[in-house]
Amino acid sequence: MAGIFQRISMIFRARTDKALDKLEDPRQTLDYSYQRQLELLQKVRRGVADVATSRKRVELQATQLNTQADKLTQQAQKALEVGREDLAREALTRRSGLQQQLTDLQTQHAQLQGEEEKLTRASQRLQAKVDAFRTRKETIKATYSAAEAQTRINEAFSGIGEEMGDVGLAIQRAEDKTAQMQARAGAIDELLASGALDDPTGTAKDDITMELEQLASTSDVENELARMKAAIGAGPGAAPQALEGQQAPAESLPPAAAPSQGNYTQPPAFEGQQPQQAPANDGDLR
Amino acid sequence: MIVRILNEGQWELSDEAVRGLNSLDEAVDKAVAAADQDQLGKALQALLDRVRSSGTAVPDDELRDSDLILPDADSTIEDVRALLSDTDEGLIPN
Repeated sequence: MAGIFQRISMIFRARTDKALDKLEDPRQTLDYSYQRQLELLQKVRRGVADVATSRKRVELQATQLNTQADKLTQQAQKALEVGREDLAREALTRRSGLQQQLTDLQTQHAQLQGEEEKLTRASQRLQAKVDAFRTRKETIKATYSAAEAQTRINEAFSGIGEEMGDVGLAIQRAEDKTAQMQARAGAIDELLASGALDDPTGTAKDDITMELEQLASTSDVENELARMKAAIGAGPGAAPQALEGQQAPAESLPPAAAPSQGNYTQPPAFEGQQPQQAPANDGDLR
Repeated sequence: MIVRILNEGQWELSDEAVRGLNSLDEAVDKAVAAADQDQLGKALQALLDRVRSSGTAVPDDELRDSDLILPDADSTIEDVRALLSDTDEGLIPN
């Protein structure tokens, strides 16, 4: 067992030694090194926070896309209910486009979560090592002569140096990945903002909604018309009942005729005026 | 022998356990030489699994140098090459 891995550990060690070469008074630079370790620890924590922010953003976008997908499903359902298969097809096609985006987001989310966990773990490890270094540093300063201290210091430095190198690499990688994902998340934000994916807040209406609403209002009008015609055309016996049950629409119908004529002479007069429309009314009702 | 898995921590392995890694090590070497990413992933995975199962984890608060440093399982060929070619500029604050 040697090969490239031994070389890698040699590189880590070489870097650490190089850091040591710069030291003049080992005891003083122990403190300096400790400061640098704390700084790196801060950087790792910021890295974890950055990744968490990105992850939350991706979660928010996924929620928005989900809401949108649900809405499209409902639209397809409504469209089918009113017999508009073409509209339903359009809604479902858009939904499958969203589904693709959602799958991508889920992958991103899993990756970010993985990075977050690794960095969290790395930050715990570094924290423990930094604490150990601080203890070792105080012991070295208190106990050993300058000559002895040098050996102990070298040990302490190389032990922490390797961990710092590892964590440094991890941060760099997490930063790169997070930057990539933020760029992709930004692209989805732009899509949402441009209206191509529709506005999830529901303030602006998309074309499918508008068409469905138009269909709904058209059929409401037709239904109402049919109902009124039926009420009128139901014959003399039925007329008083209709008037009792639905006063508002029935009273508004014969405004011109009402003042001049008595109650029960009215229906025949209407029948005489519109005899040919009665059969058509029956058809509309069903 | 102390072995570090990058991004994961250190393990202590007996000399015998380290000898057991040799064949797996060769597979990684070959994959890097052939620039075969698939093969590298598999070989690293097998190698790291063996380290974890045959070694004992070094406590976080111990300051010890590693004799070997292994890249983590999702390292790319480029990552490994970068590790090897990286010289001066560094990850280690000094």
